[in-house]
Amino acid sequence: MATSFRDALNSGKFVITSEIGPPKGTNLEKMYHHIDLLKDKVDAMNVTDHQSSVMRFPSIGGCLAIKEHGGEPILQMTCRDRNRLALQAELLLAYTRGIRNVLCLTGDAVPVGDHKEAKGVFDLDSVQLLRTIRQLESGKDLGENDLDGAVEFCAGAIVTPEATPIAPQLVKFEKKIEAGAEFFQTQAIYDLDNFGKFMQYARQFPVKVLAGIVLLVSARMAKYMTENVPGIFVPQNLIDELVAAPKGEVLNKGIEIAGRMIAALKNDSTCDGVHVMAIGREEVVPDILAAAGL
Amino acid sequence: MKSITRQKPFDEIKEELEGLDRIYIIGCGTCATMTRTGGREEVLDMKDHLQEVGKMVTGWTVIPTACDEMTEVALRENNGAIQNANCILVMSCALGVHKVNSYIDKPVIPALDTLFIGIEDEPGNFHEVCAQCGQCVLGQTAGICPLTACHKGLLNGPCGGTNNGKCEVDKEKDCAWTLIYQRLEAQGRLNLMRKYQPIKNYQVVPRPRVTKIV
Repeated sequence: MATSFRDALNSGKFVITSEIGPPKGTNLEKMYHHIDLLKDKVDAMNVTDHQSSVMRFPSIGGCLAIKEHGGEPILQMTCRDRNRLALQAELLLAYTRGIRNVLCLTGDAVPVGDHKEAKGVFDLDSVQLLRTIRQLESGKDLGENDLDGAVEFCAGAIVTPEATPIAPQLVKFEKKIEAGAEFFQTQAIYDLDNFGKFMQYARQFPVKVLAGIVLLVSARMAKYMTENVPGIFVPQNLIDELVAAPKGEVLNKGIEIAGRMIAALKNDSTCDGVHVMAIGREEVVPDILAAAGL
Repeated sequence: MKSITRQKPFDEIKEELEGLDRIYIIGCGTCATMTRTGGREEVLDMKDHLQEVGKMVTGWTVIPTACDEMTEVALRENNGAIQNANCILVMSCALGVHKVNSYIDKPVIPALDTLFIGIEDEPGNFHEVCAQCGQCVLGQTAGICPLTACHKGLLNGPCGGTNNGKCEVDKEKDCAWTLIYQRLEAQGRLNLMRKYQPIKNYQVVPRPRVTKIV
């Protein structure tokens, strides 16, 4: 049985996913609002899993909310906080509740987050988590015990096309594909020529690649990400554009840049779609899509 | 093997010594001397500190290697001063603390925290080399342990947090998988990194870990 996000991936259309960041607390109103805003405009919505190791409402809770609101969720699952028992159990829960898509990640390191003294688990890594999904699909758990009812997931992973050095990342990219990854959502990309080169390489593999588009909200943010976020590089010409934008128009400029990039990726058929991350500004995702002509 | 230690904050030591006013101090002539945490000089400093806060130091010794069998002999030789004390403050790694504990019924208080097993790569600079996982992978990782040298202990390659060969938790620290890649490439053995590393057995010897050599 194919899944609807998997159907979208295999349809040949330019696929669009976006991201929902669950709240820190039990007030879900804003998250529901973002879900309602995006559910009919994108093919699926990722829900982050304690992004940047900051404790929040869980990814699976966000995915259930998306299901309740009639959207298509992608369960982000990191290996940071759960051992193999907990990860498998959550996959069983997800499947029984209609969640059919999982993005497997290593997870950020504990000390970068807001519970710096916590024990990082990392019982599995992202490659092993992908294999775990395929194992559960075969009807057996990681202990080779029979399951009374198996799972079926469209499983994906991430890749950082602008990582330095790139070669070790590509070894892992290929291991993720061998482990069963069907789709990749990339870390934010801004240099389309560079990304084009990555795609020329990635095209030899039977996987779908959605380019990561992170909304730039200020020149300061662009510089900060370039200097501090591994694998993100915002070219100077984009920073100059943001600097030159009139006061009060910087966000619109960021929306325009994101829309322009998405349109270019689509028109050139560079990749199979985009994953739009408007961290904290989810309400402008429809504007970004409009700016892209979608 | 070097056991890398760090002296506990003096306030913490003082707290553990509450109600224990007559103290015998034991240092170690091996690892703790090298790391300058429990050698002769540090033992004498500790003695002064304790006396300043009104404690009585009944005696002290620096055992050549606190974790070996000679510890029993050293303790016997210093029996008088030890009997005069109501506790022993040990300035060695946890191995020495255990050894002393096994010969003495009095309270044994550690003055050091044992951080890791490591080596000194340059003077005064120690780094952890082994997590004692019980399933050595060094043969496949060009001699760099991903379980120890990678913050997340990843077995199948780098995470996305690595940048310019450094680790996301500390820009001063090398990314283990970048190093492994470079060394395997230089050895013409990158195929080892391409190979899937299965999920690790974390129960090779279940805790508490014991083994018998026959």
